[in-house]
Amino acid sequence: MMKQKPVADGLFTWPPTTQPRLIGTECTACGLVSFPTESHCVRCGSPEAKERLLADSGTLWTFTTQGFRPPSPPYDGSDTAATFEPYSVGYIELPGEVLVEARLTEPDPEKLSIGQRMRLTLVPYTVDVDGTEVLTFAFTPADEPNEPNEPNEPGESDQPDEPEEQS
Amino acid sequence: MTEAVIIGTGLHPFGRFPGKPAMDMGADAVRMALADAGVNWPQIQAGYVGSFEVANPDAIVGRLGLTGVPLRGVFNGCATAGTAVAMAARAIETGEHDLTIAIGMDKHPRGAFAADPSVAGIPSWYGQTGLFLTTHFFGMKINRYMHEHGISHETLARVAAKNFGNAAGNEKAWRRTPLTVGEILASPVLNYPLRQFMYCGPDEGAAAVVMCRADQAHKYTTSTPIRVRATALRSRRFGAFEVQSPSVPVGEPVPSPTVDASRAAYEQAGIGPEDVDIAQLQDTDAGSEIIHMAENGLCKDGEQERLIAEGATEIGGRLPVNTDGGLLGNGEPIGASGLRQIHEIVLQLRGTAGTRQVPGTPRVGYTHLYGAPGVSAVTILST
Ligand SMILES: [Zn+2]
Repeated sequence: MMKQKPVADGLFTWPPTTQPRLIGTECTACGLVSFPTESHCVRCGSPEAKERLLADSGTLWTFTTQGFRPPSPPYDGSDTAATFEPYSVGYIELPGEVLVEARLTEPDPEKLSIGQRMRLTLVPYTVDVDGTEVLTFAFTPADEPNEPNEPNEPGESDQPDEPEEQS
Repeated sequence: MTEAVIIGTGLHPFGRFPGKPAMDMGADAVRMALADAGVNWPQIQAGYVGSFEVANPDAIVGRLGLTGVPLRGVFNGCATAGTAVAMAARAIETGEHDLTIAIGMDKHPRGAFAADPSVAGIPSWYGQTGLFLTTHFFGMKINRYMHEHGISHETLARVAAKNFGNAAGNEKAWRRTPLTVGEILASPVLNYPLRQFMYCGPDEGAAAVVMCRADQAHKYTTSTPIRVRATALRSRRFGAFEVQSPSVPVGEPVPSPTVDASRAAYEQAGIGPEDVDIAQLQDTDAGSEIIHMAENGLCKDGEQERLIAEGATEIGGRLPVNTDGGLLGNGEPIGASGLRQIHEIVLQLRGTAGTRQVPGTPRVGYTHLYGAPGVSAVTILST
């Protein structure tokens, strides 16, 4: 049974419940939503903000791929240049809130398109020296908006990116 | 207000120079610029020197002469050289000095820049999880731009082929092997839609520019003095989509700092984009050159597809862009890059650019820089 932990505290809800959520802030003066949490507002300068859980789905605003292992440090994936698996990153528009930059679970750019619906998930991106899996947030292509929602059962086999257990 | 003119430029070749410190390259560039201007180092009244890698760039006086000259270090990311040029010009325009110099030099190791995100005010997880790469921004910005404005992958490759072709005719450029559109499109994708041969790389080099009061230029040189018509610098505004942003505000898009700097520069110069004869634009990647054509007012969004197919931005075209090979052909020693752009414009406006001289007589030249964390510098020059 592999232990898991988040890459940083206060970034997303932890331990995960049925569906993870990103943690942002909302300026109590002007209403600006920020991610990650900010101690002051970049629009109005107010230092007063309250925590806000962000929407867990949105649309893909733009994306790119990462075809080579990033310089390390700061990247701390446990892969090597030889075992590195390309990944994608993009900005997901959470309507009325904020555009969030994140890893995407789909590495193939041909299978991604601007405007596509995406849903938040957590992915293990590295393993600590003590064997603990480190999780970060990512967005995964969601069902077509017109299709009926499928029940979101924990441990479903077609959701390999969901954390299988909590630490 | 007194007008500043450029009377001398010096360019150390860009590339890799094992064993040669950045400061020695900078000193070489200064000596070339002084000789070009007909000026001796002790005559220089003030200098502005930029570098990313050199801890104390002003220490270059140790190689030039300890005259006590005020030499100020400047750094503004990729807009560093634009800032040095602006300060050197402003010192003359305000009457503080009559003869000034702007210097840039750098020596970067191979490979992508690696840094601790905290130096950019960004949380650690952003770097740990593989998001802290400037190249992501360029891939994502052009991907969305292509989606919105109908730019093709082939047009990206045409821009890169043009710049490598121009560099082949520039003895001081780094990447001097011409590449075909096909070869560029066959290179590996690094950050979709951008491929290996569509990106510039960090390298080494130096450049310097000597300026004086317009009414004193005849005292030093007989070559055509190049007028500094405008220098403008802008940082990002709230809502702009910029490099290294973990998030972007929704529903409040504002133009990039390039648009702001460009508008300010045209206003200062009292001329418009239609008057520009030749331009040097920040081509960190092929997509950036395409976007920057529109952000600098040189065309409308989406027009690039036709203009580039027609060869409008090639030497001999209606608006030659990056005639010396740009960043793609020269690489980017950060502190020197903008001075390299100005060096090329000065040669072109003087009519001394040799085999890459644009036909006719260009009268107005435009240079532009863009970099992290969202800063842009524009310089407009004319005869
Ligand atoms: Zn606020």
